[in-house]
Amino acid sequence: MEDDQELARKVSGLKTSMAEGERKTALEMVQAAGTGRHCVARVLHKENQTLGNSLHYMIMKNLEVEFCGYTTTHPSESKIYLRIQTRGALPAVEPFQRGLNELMNVCQHVLDKFEASIKEYKDQKACRNESTF
Amino acid sequence: MAAPQAVEEMRGRVVLGEFGVRNVHTTDFPGNYSGYDDAWDQDRFEKNFRVDVVHLDENSLEFDMVGIDAAIANAFRRILLAEVPTMAVEKVLVYNNTSIVQDEILAHRLGLIPIHADPRLFEYRNQGDEEGTEIDTLQFRLQVRCTRNPHAAKDSSDPNELYVNHKVYTRHMTWVPLGNQADLFPEGTIRPVHDDILIAQLRPGQEIDLLMHCVKGIGKDHAKFSPVATASYRLLPDITLLEPVEGEAAEELRRCFSPGVIEVHEVHGKKVARVANPRLDTFSREVFRNEKLKKIVRLARVRDHYIWK
Repeated sequence: MEDDQELARKVSGLKTSMAEGERKTALEMVQAAGTGRHCVARVLHKENQTLGNSLHYMIMKNLEVEFCGYTTTHPSESKIYLRIQTRGALPAVEPFQRGLNELMNVCQHVLDKFEASIKEYKDQKACRNESTF
Repeated sequence: MAAPQAVEEMRGRVVLGEFGVRNVHTTDFPGNYSGYDDAWDQDRFEKNFRVDVVHLDENSLEFDMVGIDAAIANAFRRILLAEVPTMAVEKVLVYNNTSIVQDEILAHRLGLIPIHADPRLFEYRNQGDEEGTEIDTLQFRLQVRCTRNPHAAKDSSDPNELYVNHKVYTRHMTWVPLGNQADLFPEGTIRPVHDDILIAQLRPGQEIDLLMHCVKGIGKDHAKFSPVATASYRLLPDITLLEPVEGEAAEELRRCFSPGVIEVHEVHGKKVARVANPRLDTFSREVFRNEKLKKIVRLARVRDHYIWK
């Protein structure tokens, strides 16, 4: 499905911009006061519930994460505010990156399964049409 | 056996009570249930996940997705509506419009016409680029003039007979290839999807002559770029009868649900109701209006089985 590719593309775009440090356009990091590296809040620009909710789900599935939440600060501005807090001393960047990676894997897998299933349906239909003649 | 069953119900089903819906939120995150390993496991996901296509034709698709969570399914739905690109008319250069329809109304209508072109073969237009190049623009020409039909009967009042070209359809739109587009796209592949969409109506002496530029865009920008008429999903219904239902009650039960959902069989001379095909049900909750039956039936939805249309 094209939208799987879209989601995968968006997620990979986010990752590359994180890696290259293009913080101004894609995302910003806001440090929560006085709690060290395991608790971090980020602002992702030009994103909305689409990425926010699915990313929140993937991050929550991680054993190390104690708290993960996202919110849209105001509906007129298209940005989300994502906060991750990990147990212990694990730096909070790690679940974020892992969540993005896993989301990409999920989308890729869904795309593969979907395409295989469409092909199978078309083959079946072709067989059925042939057998009626 | 009550406790494990209740836990299974909480994890796997969204229950429709008489006055509200229970167990709506996903709770299978690690640490919530003891004895369950809920951390993300790509292999377990891949094993449980499957997609079954039910119906596929040119205009519609119905399929099932099993084993995925609401957050991701919703993300797909939102992306389908708003972020999958298509080509649509963006700029209209009007050379002559003497029809009743105003220029801007005509341009708005033209923008909403679906264009049969694969957006993956095109690029987005750069910001501030007025002219458009061959890799990001498609050009269409619409040139229609209405005249009086000299062969019409003297006293006929049917506009189809009296006038020639008085209705402007999308089949009057002609594609004008730019640059090397003529080589890339064979004749007839770039056209409006339907050629019987009425654009405007004319009378003799009126003429429409315009040039349209189509660009690639996404639904978030303007709804004309949305590729789907609608994309929606529902969860698979799950109806359980807590006790066997017999006799007259069986007939009543069958009438409470959509046709085909409950079947009444003759067993040992008695009529017994059986849940035959819950997928067809639309959950109108008619059964809750019946005092006797509402205690016997449990309406629920399977949490991770999505039926897409």
